[in-house]
Amino acid sequence: MKYLFYPGCSMQRSAKPYLDSLKLVEKTLGLESVDVEDWNCCGATEFSSVNRTASHAIVGRNLALAQEQASGTDELVAACSACYLNLSKTDHFMREDADFNALVNDALSAGGLEYEPGSVKVRHSLDIIVNNVGYDAVKEKVTKPLSGLRVGAYYGCMIVRPDVNERFSNPEEPYELEDLLEVLGAEVVDFKMKTQCCSGHMTQISSEVAYDMIKQIVKPAVEEEIDVLVTLCPMCQLNIDAFQNEMNKHFGTNYEVPILYFSQLMGLAFGYTEKELGIGKEFVNVSPALAKIGKTTEEVPTPKKKKKSKSDPSLPMPKMPIHYRGGS
Amino acid sequence: MSVSAEFNNKQSYTKIKDLPGFNLIELVEARTPGDSRLEMCIQCGSCGGSCPSGKDMDHSPRQLFAMLRAGIVDEVLESNAPWYCVSCYKCYVRCPQEVKITDIMYTLKTIAISTGKFKVNEAKDFSETFTGYVEKYGRSFEFGLSTRHSLRHLPMTVSGTIGLGLGLIKTGRLDITPHKIKNIDQLQKILNRAYELEAQR
Repeated sequence: MKYLFYPGCSMQRSAKPYLDSLKLVEKTLGLESVDVEDWNCCGATEFSSVNRTASHAIVGRNLALAQEQASGTDELVAACSACYLNLSKTDHFMREDADFNALVNDALSAGGLEYEPGSVKVRHSLDIIVNNVGYDAVKEKVTKPLSGLRVGAYYGCMIVRPDVNERFSNPEEPYELEDLLEVLGAEVVDFKMKTQCCSGHMTQISSEVAYDMIKQIVKPAVEEEIDVLVTLCPMCQLNIDAFQNEMNKHFGTNYEVPILYFSQLMGLAFGYTEKELGIGKEFVNVSPALAKIGKTTEEVPTPKKKKKSKSDPSLPMPKMPIHYRGGS
Repeated sequence: MSVSAEFNNKQSYTKIKDLPGFNLIELVEARTPGDSRLEMCIQCGSCGGSCPSGKDMDHSPRQLFAMLRAGIVDEVLESNAPWYCVSCYKCYVRCPQEVKITDIMYTLKTIAISTGKFKVNEAKDFSETFTGYVEKYGRSFEFGLSTRHSLRHLPMTVSGTIGLGLGLIKTGRLDITPHKIKNIDQLQKILNRAYELEAQR
């Protein structure tokens, strides 16, 4: 399968391990991706807070470039949730609102560009892997199953909400990532906070609000004895990983929940080394978790403390099966 | 100051709310792409109840919408609620009336900036600093953004931020120089036209 790829700013640097590991996974799965030439920033959540027309015009430029450069494919793939959503939303609004389409194209014409809404299909890398490649084809490539590793799927927000093209199973209880991790051989925990916000830009605006939101993700992960959280979003990775220590200081806690990209876990299961996958660049040490699947990083893994079983006095509650396929 | 910020400051609509016929609810609806469905709100409160940062907001989205319909302007534009919105879209997918709440929040922020009514300086400056780098280089510049923003607004946490920054640099996860796209002229022409168009809406 061939597609155009929109890397986005985060994946050039802070989420470089995501890009590196994704490229290896694409290679293994026979996915042929070509980067959009001279793409610009998608504006994240900030440009639309300053100027609506401009925020969509800059995304329009990316869509127009993709339309021009598309050859033998009409799929435009992004792996960053914010980039994916911004590309999806601009295309969607241009399709559903003729005035808005004219507005964005008016701005684009100043740069000699034009975009016909709907001419590229915006997709997320996870969507491509589970729906185009498929679980069976992924399973065939697994050489080192992640047996014994307790993982929690963490989607965050923007990949599943508002999901303008209805590509995912559910906006709050999706199951694609869990199914993928299960195919890799991992022990998948039903993580209740899987589509709760990582705090987004609040780390830059109000630390207290941000720490509170980060704790809402990390604490339940510890309680569920999750070895590693698995994400598909650069912002989620950065907030949960880089700010976890500050959050601990703020609350006087000592939570330690490492978080990796799904492509890194796929890479491990496909037999790539941690170094090739950019593992080891996290703030929260992932070595103790990976020691469970026979992986050792440069640092000596500190043995994970045996967690005491919770003495929960409340009545037992029924658990939603992970494979719940209920409608929305 | 970013181009868009300068633009906003010198634009006639700086005092837009004092113009005869100024109607905030109409402006919000006009500037929000697609159908905002703002006036379809039935005041059920699902939005506030779903909001992860709701407890720190001056007003829940439900309250903001009621105030908008009541013709209240200053209090709406001065509220921290749109700035504390984290764009998680929980309210958006739960709203029984399909009000495009997150998009309305974005539009309210743009109007709060252009009328000078914002109260949450940190959030407004963060958005404008981010936007400024995109205008100049075509790409976001994490290092410049975080250092400039932290020094200005989060001096108490600078020591923590420095540690975080150094950690990112050490592991090759932070660039200390920005990347410029090749056809930045094209992007800037598009942006300038977009700013003109927005002012006419």
